[in-house]
Amino acid sequence: MATPAKDYTLAELIICANAAAYENDGEVLITGIGVLPRIAASLAMKTCNTDIMMTDSECWLLSEPNPLTRGKDYKQMNETWMGFSRIFDNVWSGRRHLTGGPTQIDRFGQTNISALGGTYERPKVQMLGTRGFPGNSISHANSYFVPSHTTRVFVEGEVDVVCTIGYNPERMPKGYTNDDIDLRMIFTDLCVMDFGGPNNQIRLVSLHPGISVEQVVENTGFEICIPDNVPTTPAPTEEQLAIIREIDPKDLRSKQLKDNPPGDRS
Amino acid sequence: MNKQMSLQDVVGQLRDGMTIGIGGWGPRRKPMALIREILKSDLKDLTIVAYGGADVGMLCAAGKVKKVVFAFVSLDFIPLEPYFRQARQNGDIEVMEIDEGMMLLGLRAAAWDCPFIPTKVGLGTDVIKYNADIKVIDSPYDDKEWVAMPALKLDAALIHANRADTRGVCQITSPDHHMDDWFARAAEKTFVTTEEIVDTEFFADEAEARMVFWERSQTTGVVHVPGGAHPTSCAPNYGFDVPHFQEYNASAKDGGFAAYADKFITGKSEDEYQQAVGGLDAIQKLPKPVY
Repeated sequence: MATPAKDYTLAELIICANAAAYENDGEVLITGIGVLPRIAASLAMKTCNTDIMMTDSECWLLSEPNPLTRGKDYKQMNETWMGFSRIFDNVWSGRRHLTGGPTQIDRFGQTNISALGGTYERPKVQMLGTRGFPGNSISHANSYFVPSHTTRVFVEGEVDVVCTIGYNPERMPKGYTNDDIDLRMIFTDLCVMDFGGPNNQIRLVSLHPGISVEQVVENTGFEICIPDNVPTTPAPTEEQLAIIREIDPKDLRSKQLKDNPPGDRS
Repeated sequence: MNKQMSLQDVVGQLRDGMTIGIGGWGPRRKPMALIREILKSDLKDLTIVAYGGADVGMLCAAGKVKKVVFAFVSLDFIPLEPYFRQARQNGDIEVMEIDEGMMLLGLRAAAWDCPFIPTKVGLGTDVIKYNADIKVIDSPYDDKEWVAMPALKLDAALIHANRADTRGVCQITSPDHHMDDWFARAAEKTFVTTEEIVDTEFFADEAEARMVFWERSQTTGVVHVPGGAHPTSCAPNYGFDVPHFQEYNASAKDGGFAAYADKFITGKSEDEYQQAVGGLDAIQKLPKPVY
């Protein structure tokens, strides 16, 4: 029986929303980059989609997700070797859904983790580099997590360095349509969005408790699709919270969002 | 054939302007003793191809690098490599920034003597906008366009292995051998530092031979340097040195690379380096990180 929790944090709300996105994915590799997406992927594997495959972030597929912190004697449940070269065999097969954490996202769903400002030859801020983002974006399902929903992240123009393909007609490769690209969901500290608007425009799916449409609009640098009735993001259940505590026994999730806000901010 | 040589012998075979691939991944199993030897040499104008970490950062900081071919340069637990970052933000280096998988394809193309391998990776992104050398081509088989990822031919590859014999049979017992086999195959010459030199008979055991990922004909030289991956990890022998990386990272803000190099590298042999970081025993006791 699902009992909606009364007392939960925003981090836990986002974890549960992110986990729900994997429910109908079937037997695919789920990768959550960062603490909250990683807990979400593990929660999904233990609840709504037990067919999920997951790695230990090193080189093994696990039959049971690793807790985020674990003692010396913890025996991780390897099931398959999956070194980095084999990650790409999986990525290019399309059997994967990733939730990544880009620094910038634009109205096309294009994202940036490479560099900010200046010129490409001499950026103001060098970040990670494109990593595997280009290949992820054109090969399989992708969702994004944004811990702080602002116009610095959801930028007005294009992102500074386009690391992922999006629904941008100007950049659409020859022979490709929007249907060849699979951008799924965006989870922020304010709301959940998807790409279900006209021509895959970013669309508001649900507002976190206590957040208004106006707050989302104000903090987004471009126009998004806003349906007439926007529901509230469902609260975690007590059962989900119990599993989250098992996955994250030292409460690392409480340190991911500034001031660890409560789930309901009304 | 005995392929054993010294760190100095390896660097003696490298030339200004060469394209050099470096095995490992971020802070894992980098041939750091060879990197330190390059830092002490006159080599310059290198093009570096790597899943980069402090190897790339140090070479950039020491002015050895003309161009970096990369998908990321990271110390993992310290996400941004401080000296690579400085080099980029100062506009000191040319770059070819590509997807991690594209790098693998480029190495495979070089290994297989193909000019390119087609892929959809990179389409719709700035990877194809900023890399004039990466062409997008029509397909003879469908109506889509494809990225023609060019061969990344290496003049030399530098790799750190757990074991090797003197004939160049190299074994990687770390849980992941990363793309090291492809670096070895993509290179004209491959130089391998190793934790341990073993007799050829060691590989008679099938389970041991199973962890040999390229043929000895791909190995040009073998250097015995236990601890030679420090401060990066060499699982299962040792983990990476977190305090050392923190000191290295802090040096970028305070003192600069010259101060770090003066303390640990300049004018020091590899033995003296190891003494300066606490000795080989201490290196071999470094714990494995938990992810």
